[in-house]
Amino acid sequence: MADRRRISVTINGDTYEREVETRLLLSDFIRHECELTGTHVGCEHGVCGACTILLDGMTARSCLMLAVQADGHELLTIEGIAPNEEELHPLQQAFMDNHGLQCGYCTPGMLTTLLEFLRDNPNPTEKEVRIAISGNLCRCTGYQGIVDAALDAAGRLRGEAGA
Amino acid sequence: MKPPPFTYHDPRTIPEVLDLLAEKDNARLLSGGQSLMPMLNMRYVLPDDVIDLNRVDGLSGIEAANGSLGIAGMTRQRDIEFSDVVASRCPIMIEAILQVGHRQTRNRGTLGGSLAHLDPSAELPAVAMALDATIHVESKRGKRDIAMADFPAGYMTPSIELDEMVTGATFPLWEEGHGYAFIEFARRHGDFAIVSAGALMTTDGAGKVDRVSIVVSGVGPSPLRCTDAERMILGQTPELELFREAAETARAFDAMEDIHAPSSYRQHLAAVLSRRALEKAQTRLGGSNG
Repeated sequence: MADRRRISVTINGDTYEREVETRLLLSDFIRHECELTGTHVGCEHGVCGACTILLDGMTARSCLMLAVQADGHELLTIEGIAPNEEELHPLQQAFMDNHGLQCGYCTPGMLTTLLEFLRDNPNPTEKEVRIAISGNLCRCTGYQGIVDAALDAAGRLRGEAGA
Repeated sequence: MKPPPFTYHDPRTIPEVLDLLAEKDNARLLSGGQSLMPMLNMRYVLPDDVIDLNRVDGLSGIEAANGSLGIAGMTRQRDIEFSDVVASRCPIMIEAILQVGHRQTRNRGTLGGSLAHLDPSAELPAVAMALDATIHVESKRGKRDIAMADFPAGYMTPSIELDEMVTGATFPLWEEGHGYAFIEFARRHGDFAIVSAGALMTTDGAGKVDRVSIVVSGVGPSPLRCTDAERMILGQTPELELFREAAETARAFDAMEDIHAPSSYRQHLAAVLSRRALEKAQTRLGGSNG
């Protein structure tokens, strides 16, 4: 008989209680059980970074965690980044303005990764940005637009006018 | 790409973990999950029981005492990366850990997981080998310490029994002002290294090398100490020509061959990277670390 557990996970401020199989990946829990499909699943073995979420404020690859491991923890996914329904987060706006995405598949992972990175490194160099996103694969942009967006967002988040 | 069915356990204490390990004959310990989870997703491993260490008390922490650095098994790589005491007393570990995967993986990945997984190109086992670390393991039968030199039993196989777990490691610290370097060659930053090299060095009052340690990983099935090169450098004045000659001995290792690189290329990298590590370590002699 399948090994199941009842878990409670807070995602973007909302609490989700579900009974799940213990082998269920956190990425599948987020997408299939909570129907938050903004978190993308690319490789399912921790290489592409598309499924990156924040677990208690720190990035993690949700395909490399079991849903049961998130029981009692707080997650932030792409759906929880914008301040409200109308406005984008400055990082999202910078991606839009700098051609930081084309197909959009890698974007949720790029944004969650950069959210943590810019929080910890508000004034990064281009090289530091490139290292920060080295665990996120994009097959469209050639990364230049993403790097530009990250540096632009860093300026906006520091509150620099005209950034 | 989904894990196979297993029974999940999330014990809260070390004795509970050890009881489970003694009782279950096809169990896997889940620490940071940055290697075991992909292996489960790809079904390279098919355990009947997964024992999660993430809710076990008393398995993480960093402490410097008596000339050594003690790091508990479940200490996250992130916590090592941002540790002031590691940065000031054992900077080679910081230089190495910045090349371990990415921020997202270091937030979860642990010291004990990396040591027990023993990937031939992994950085932390290489640092443990360079520093002559002691690995602490525990089972229901008791505790024991294993010298890092004796820890690898073969390719990705630590010399521990099925009922034992790695609880931590102790790294002897080098004196203040030692030179150090850890460098690697990988296709992209954060990828598995093809070859990496680490070096530690001190000199005496006359400027002669009185202690040196050189390690290469990604060459053999586990990290290798370059003892021939160490012997050539010990007692000598550190200089580029000496480093070049000594590092050439790394070409003699019987190197692995796989889809990423033939053995001749790994031998070449072992020589080049160990020379560069020695050069970089020399430039840092007399610094404020240690």
